[in-house]
Amino acid sequence: MQALESTRGAPRPAPRLGTRSWNAAAVAIAIALAAPIAVVASNLFVPGGQAWAHLVATVLPDYALNSATLVVLVALGTTIVGVACAWVVANCEFPGRRVLEWALALPLAMPAYVIAYAYTDALQFAGPVQSGLRELFGWAAGDYWFPEIRSLPGAAAMFVAVLYPYVYLLARVAFLEQSPSLAEAGRTLGLPPWRAFFRVSLPLARPAVAAGAALACMETLADFGTVSYFGVQTFTTGIFRAWLSMGEPVSAAKLSMILLAFVVVLLAAERMARRRARFHDVPSSRRRSRMELSGGARAAALATCIVPLALGFAIPAAILASLALQGGDGQFGARFATLAANSFLVATITAAIAVALAVVMAYGARISRSPVAGAMNRVASLGYAVPGAVIAVGVLIPAAKLDNLLADALDALWGVSVGLVLTGSLVALVYAYLIRFLAVALQTVEAGLARITPSMEDAARSLGLGPAETLARVHLPMMRTSLVTAALLVFVDVMKELPATFVMRPFNFDTLAVQAYNLASDERLAEASTASLAIVAVGLVPLIVAARRMVRPEESRTG
Amino acid sequence: MLLMSHALDVRKLRFSYPGMPPVLEGFDLALAEGEIGCLLGPSGCGKTTALRCIAGLEAAHEGEIAIRGQVVSKAGFTVPTEARRIGVVFQDYALFPHLDAMDNVAFGLRDHARAERRKRAAELLALVGLPGSGTKYPHELSGGQKQRVALARALAPGPQLLLLDEPFSNLDADLRERLSIEVRAILKAQGTTALLVTHDQNEAFAMADTVGVMRKGRIEQWDTAYNLYHRPVSRFVADFVGEGVLIDGLASEADGIDTVLGALRHCPGCELKPGMPVALLLRPDDVQHDDDAVLKAEVVKKAFRGAEFLYPLKLDDGKQLLSLVPSHHNHAIGEKIGIKLHVDHVVAFPRAEGADD
Repeated sequence: MQALESTRGAPRPAPRLGTRSWNAAAVAIAIALAAPIAVVASNLFVPGGQAWAHLVATVLPDYALNSATLVVLVALGTTIVGVACAWVVANCEFPGRRVLEWALALPLAMPAYVIAYAYTDALQFAGPVQSGLRELFGWAAGDYWFPEIRSLPGAAAMFVAVLYPYVYLLARVAFLEQSPSLAEAGRTLGLPPWRAFFRVSLPLARPAVAAGAALACMETLADFGTVSYFGVQTFTTGIFRAWLSMGEPVSAAKLSMILLAFVVVLLAAERMARRRARFHDVPSSRRRSRMELSGGARAAALATCIVPLALGFAIPAAILASLALQGGDGQFGARFATLAANSFLVATITAAIAVALAVVMAYGARISRSPVAGAMNRVASLGYAVPGAVIAVGVLIPAAKLDNLLADALDALWGVSVGLVLTGSLVALVYAYLIRFLAVALQTVEAGLARITPSMEDAARSLGLGPAETLARVHLPMMRTSLVTAALLVFVDVMKELPATFVMRPFNFDTLAVQAYNLASDERLAEASTASLAIVAVGLVPLIVAARRMVRPEESRTG
Repeated sequence: MLLMSHALDVRKLRFSYPGMPPVLEGFDLALAEGEIGCLLGPSGCGKTTALRCIAGLEAAHEGEIAIRGQVVSKAGFTVPTEARRIGVVFQDYALFPHLDAMDNVAFGLRDHARAERRKRAAELLALVGLPGSGTKYPHELSGGQKQRVALARALAPGPQLLLLDEPFSNLDADLRERLSIEVRAILKAQGTTALLVTHDQNEAFAMADTVGVMRKGRIEQWDTAYNLYHRPVSRFVADFVGEGVLIDGLASEADGIDTVLGALRHCPGCELKPGMPVALLLRPDDVQHDDDAVLKAEVVKKAFRGAEFLYPLKLDDGKQLLSLVPSHHNHAIGEKIGIKLHVDHVVAFPRAEGADD
């Protein structure tokens, strides 16, 4: 939709010659990736029967209430934490600011379910915190009140701890882009600094903050690991229960559609917020002066940044590390190597295919200049907002039918039994990953392509190269960095992914994320720590690279 | 066939973006083998679009384009760019940043053996005055050097036609002039047929044999630089090429024109009928300064141009003129100076009542 709007009014270039097949390929990929969502949607009109009626009467209100409460709490929490950090980092100077500026993004490497395991271990009755308190004050069980971590507010706290960077990163840019003279103007008009913040800076940054909070809320709705582990009944856990425990695909699809409606509202809010953000004034050329802090103010600023970083990253990482060192996975060794290899395998396959598809889609839309291809690319990108559980339902319903048809046909024709070709192999799983994460690759590849001026391909074409050869000899070499970045981002996302992996993995095919979840569900947190730590470690390197680049774009080389 | 005689033949070309008025309409152009042509016009006149249609980077909707007699574009049929055997020099040079100068030049030489490719690329780099710069990457080259590499790259495969899109617009004025003369020499030495697009008439005059002034998607006048300046066919061309003003006059008997500045004789090709209202073109060099002249005009502004002053002048009735005066005649603003007409080429256009152009 956005692509269509942006070209309205401006003269639209005519389609370039000899690009029809590229356009067709790009559109075909987009349709293939959007199809499962359509499958889910089509179930909205299938009569739900008794099971659905039962669901509506009993658990549906709980799902809706819990999901909505979580979203509201996460929106509030990430906004407060993210805005506070962003404002301090953008406007104050204190020791450590330059490191904190990118380090504050580190919690993004922590899947919420991983810190949920870590904090549960630390804060449960038998954990070190409560034991320590009992020892210190001589309390016995029942003598004191301690917050129950495995609860809805607990889950919200987990989400805030790892998702605040979405708000932080966007708000930081918004604050930096505000001309310093705006806040100064406010102060000359008699506002004290803190009121200038609330009356000038914050309202100007509102679109960015809203976009960040919307992203955090979408991640919250997509989560399965945390809420399932904490026993909070939400739409994602409901979908799995309907699908796996009750064997009710139609009900699962209907729940998916309701969840999707929540997501669409958030997505629309995010888009609207971003569009408004564009009208803000350009960054002033004047070098920004930051307030030099000292004494109490400096301590407060440091605390504002260090507390979220500690809670969202350092403390859970330390807990996991100590758990892993003390005991860790008893099966560490050959078994662990298999898990790591499995995770690595699916992540690598998905990353490679995602980047290849993204290149075809982005390049196809670019050279054909077709608004249809552009719009289809946006449609395919919507998968990133769709929770893994919903995608799993959308893929599995048709894939299972196709599998049965295929097996029957082959059996009837040649009498061979092939088993479940799609759902029993990695094909369906990788397909689901692609739907979910293609947007990550597409966005990165599009950004890389956008940096190559169109006259590059004009030049190559005038020198006798066709579209494919131009891509191979001009564009791909020029956007190497973007391709590697895109592959890394998809790789890390696949490593962390839990809900789709959980239902769609082939029999006996476990990954690090699945292992961590299974062990944690069995209350074997110490053993879960090894796999959890491995997931975090893998995600950390690309995140640090990406965060440093985001925070200091001038230092990064364009690809 | 008639087409065989031309290196490039464009007939009745039409192009428009969806929902917009046509960018090109009734665009005709012919270039002889080895001729250097130029499309000159204000921005938005369609000159770059015309070039892109000829290059095959845009598909024209109607009309025909033929290169060396072979039709490469007509309604419903277009030969893609890569099959047209043309060379293009882009405004931003479009050098491939991941390749050094040598590899950039060799980029289009695909059917040659490796050694031969390098030999040909080295030859071309020498031709454009950059021998030994082959290992430099585009970001290590200056603007003028990039321009030369881009030219070498476009010439390397031996194109049937070279197209240059505002090739010197990113260079400073001094270099622009030097390079345009140099590039013309290279193209002439190679016998390359070329078409240049620019909005800068100095560039057009320095480079091209023939210049087409474009307006609203078609060529208004296709002529030598001299004729464009001295024999413009329309008020638009008169206005766009060179400096000057149009003053009102009346056609007199015997092929002359009466104006407030005096009577002029002989206006070839003006097709005047006695008593007809006309607009007379006065170039700054047509209005000469003479202290003894009866006619006086007030200096409104002055622009120092080194050897000359360009004086915008005002007559008593408020009419404006431009006069080019040797720069030792330094007059103050507000001063009244004597002028007289000295018009070698009388150019006048019928002045329809109410018509603006």
